[in-house]
Amino acid sequence: MRFAIQVNASPYQSNTGHSAYRFIKAAVAQGHEVFRVFFYHEGIYHAFKHTTPPDDELNLTPCWSELAKQHNIDLVVCISAAQRRGLLCGDEAQRQGKQGDDLATEFRIGGLGQWIEALIEADRVLVFG
Amino acid sequence: MYLASLLSKIGQIKPVKKILFALRKPPHSGAYVQEMLDIIMTVAAFDQEVSIILLDNAVFQLKKQQQPELANLKATAAIYKALPLFGINDLYTETESLQERGLNVASLEESVIAIPRAKIGDFFKQFDLVLTG
Repeated sequence: MRFAIQVNASPYQSNTGHSAYRFIKAAVAQGHEVFRVFFYHEGIYHAFKHTTPPDDELNLTPCWSELAKQHNIDLVVCISAAQRRGLLCGDEAQRQGKQGDDLATEFRIGGLGQWIEALIEADRVLVFG
Repeated sequence: MYLASLLSKIGQIKPVKKILFALRKPPHSGAYVQEMLDIIMTVAAFDQEVSIILLDNAVFQLKKQQQPELANLKATAAIYKALPLFGINDLYTETESLQERGLNVASLEESVIAIPRAKIGDFFKQFDLVLTG
């Protein structure tokens, strides 16, 4: 089955992002396909590359990057939600006359169109948070 | 260009989905309501069949006589006025959500159909996809 996943909560706001991550691992392990994860609302905070929690705590952002690389999952961060909250990739920062490049590896900035495409193409759509 | 190619690609391979957005948050929950309405309008722009149901405190999103501009906030009810332009005409709410807050359908800015709580489950069944927010 083809899944599309939306993550709406930030990593330290609730466990829903972590639940989404674990769900995807389990689904992939059972032979399902998760082709896109869309980060929206406060969910965009999963994509900040400089998250630096203490060593004995889970750092979810690199876990997402690793998962995406392993299973070819498209991690899309909504551009308008990201810009509101100050998350800009290098290209976008330059375009806006700002400095910075805060997007973690394997994530990409995209639009709502990519999420709608996923909604239409997926057999199942799950919203976390 | 990208949007056009995406639209034609989707048009070729998948039928239209009936999508219900079940909203539960009051207006001015940060940017949450605005961002939900952004998604809703984009889904409708991709020619999907969109309906909205307002549950719990979401009924306040459409309450008449709000003056959010006094607090420098965006009027959520005003965004709903744009929905028919996107082909979204089906607005629903739950009778009890209104009653519990001392409201009725006449308290709301738009024309909304109220469905009793006992029938909400059946109502949901007619949709291909129910998205919460």
